[in-house]
Amino acid sequence: MELKTHISVNNLSVFYGNEPALKNVTVDIPDKKITVIIGPSGCGKTTLLKSFNRMLEAVEGIKISGAVLVDGENIFDPGIEITGVRKKMGLLSQRPYPLPMSIYDNVAYGPRIHGLKKKKELDRIVEHYLKESSLWEEVKDRLYTPASKLSIGQQQRLCLARGLAVEPEIILGDEPTSALDPKSSQRIEARFLELKKDYTIVVVTHILRQARRLADYVIFLYLGELIEHGPANQIFDNPKQEMTREYIQGVIS
Amino acid sequence: MNRARIEENLFKGLMLISTVTILTCLLLILGTIIVKGLPAMNWAMVSQIPKGGFYLGKEGGILNAILGSLYLATISTVLSILISLPVVLYLNVYAKKGSRLAYFSRFSFDVLWGIPSIVYGAFGFTIMLYLGLRASLLGGIIAVTFLIFPIMSRAIDEVMRMIPAELLEASYALGATRLETAFKIVIRQSLPGILTAVLIAFGRGIGDAASVIFTAGFTDYIPYSLFRPAATLPLAIFFQLNTPIPEVQERAYASAFILTLIILLVSLSCRFLTKRFTKHLIK
Repeated sequence: MELKTHISVNNLSVFYGNEPALKNVTVDIPDKKITVIIGPSGCGKTTLLKSFNRMLEAVEGIKISGAVLVDGENIFDPGIEITGVRKKMGLLSQRPYPLPMSIYDNVAYGPRIHGLKKKKELDRIVEHYLKESSLWEEVKDRLYTPASKLSIGQQQRLCLARGLAVEPEIILGDEPTSALDPKSSQRIEARFLELKKDYTIVVVTHILRQARRLADYVIFLYLGELIEHGPANQIFDNPKQEMTREYIQGVIS
Repeated sequence: MNRARIEENLFKGLMLISTVTILTCLLLILGTIIVKGLPAMNWAMVSQIPKGGFYLGKEGGILNAILGSLYLATISTVLSILISLPVVLYLNVYAKKGSRLAYFSRFSFDVLWGIPSIVYGAFGFTIMLYLGLRASLLGGIIAVTFLIFPIMSRAIDEVMRMIPAELLEASYALGATRLETAFKIVIRQSLPGILTAVLIAFGRGIGDAASVIFTAGFTDYIPYSLFRPAATLPLAIFFQLNTPIPEVQERAYASAFILTLIILLVSLSCRFLTKRFTKHLIK
């Protein structure tokens, strides 16, 4: 498999106070593929994911060293505009958090923040991305009703539409289906498989079966250390490390 | 009956007793001011300023105090909003989690909240002397603003702290700055709480006598300048209750009734406003 790198992680270490959360992680994340980060709880999966859009810095006492290069630029460079980094990435969190406004305004929030004001253009964007996240048919008659009235599965698709509307290159998913029912999860997964044509997708999950369904590339973390990474078939069928094998077989979890 | 059942019923009973006690207090207070004040209630009370001999039971009303209190409480409340909002937005949006500054600020609000209002009055008086002001509407506004701003800040802060961090993250993840997030998400989500806080602060400000006694002074005239003394309802009540003349004492109760009515009206309109703003909130 020929892989072009989109995100390049170089010697990344993260400390919460004196607790290490990530230790010297170096890995390349391929362009326009689904990369799945697996590992047991507390192994640093989410920390790694959140370092990509610099969401970690809001925590007091956090120390980050190393580099994360997105399109060749180190996002931790002092000269880098943090909002620019985040605009490049859509984030889906564990539970959907719609913004306290209507369905329409949720999707239009990002574009508006980045300066778009024309109603016609916003209408087009809202419709386009709601279709892209396959929510349009369910909400087209109630775009101006509160987003909080949607079911949780619909809310997660709304969050996807909202993230896509800022035209990111990368979609980050932090266990994006963990709060959803199986049917809704399946829809999100289906969207991901469709979207990887145009986006680089990184998903954290603790569900191995989901990882198998989605992954093109797999990163296995254990207690903050990168144990193994590689193309999905290699990791799942023929892991090099004993620990990876044990995790995949369910001996450790 | 087993132990669990007895405990359950015991506590239910205690809660019922507390509720009834509170309701009874409320009804007794309202009943007292209505029964004692109603005979003195007339149109002149709310439409006229005290005429000659008002404090001896002759003509006039307390329009001076009504307007004075409304000016004072409204301006102080607006000033408090202008001070409180930036502070709590800083604490909840800009300050890092577990920040010492945030901890210290919250602690100070609690302390400030607990300071008796007469101390604010004395403090305001000192500031006035320093600025060369005499007892005036402005002096009252300064003292009352000091009195109610910690209350308002703490009340808004409590609501903003309830906003899930993920909601802010969702906004940041879309490339929004902290300022955009503060105004478009945090204020919107905490609007009902902000309204309640404003209401509590207004109620405290309009009802407080000790902080205005030295600072705003008292006058029989309608306040027309920030640098002139201004009458307030709590002081009007205080002065009228202090006379031995029964008619004037009745007027004190009527004044209390008017004060309560003002607070009730503001409270009801606040609730009405809150209903209109809450439909988009994330629960």
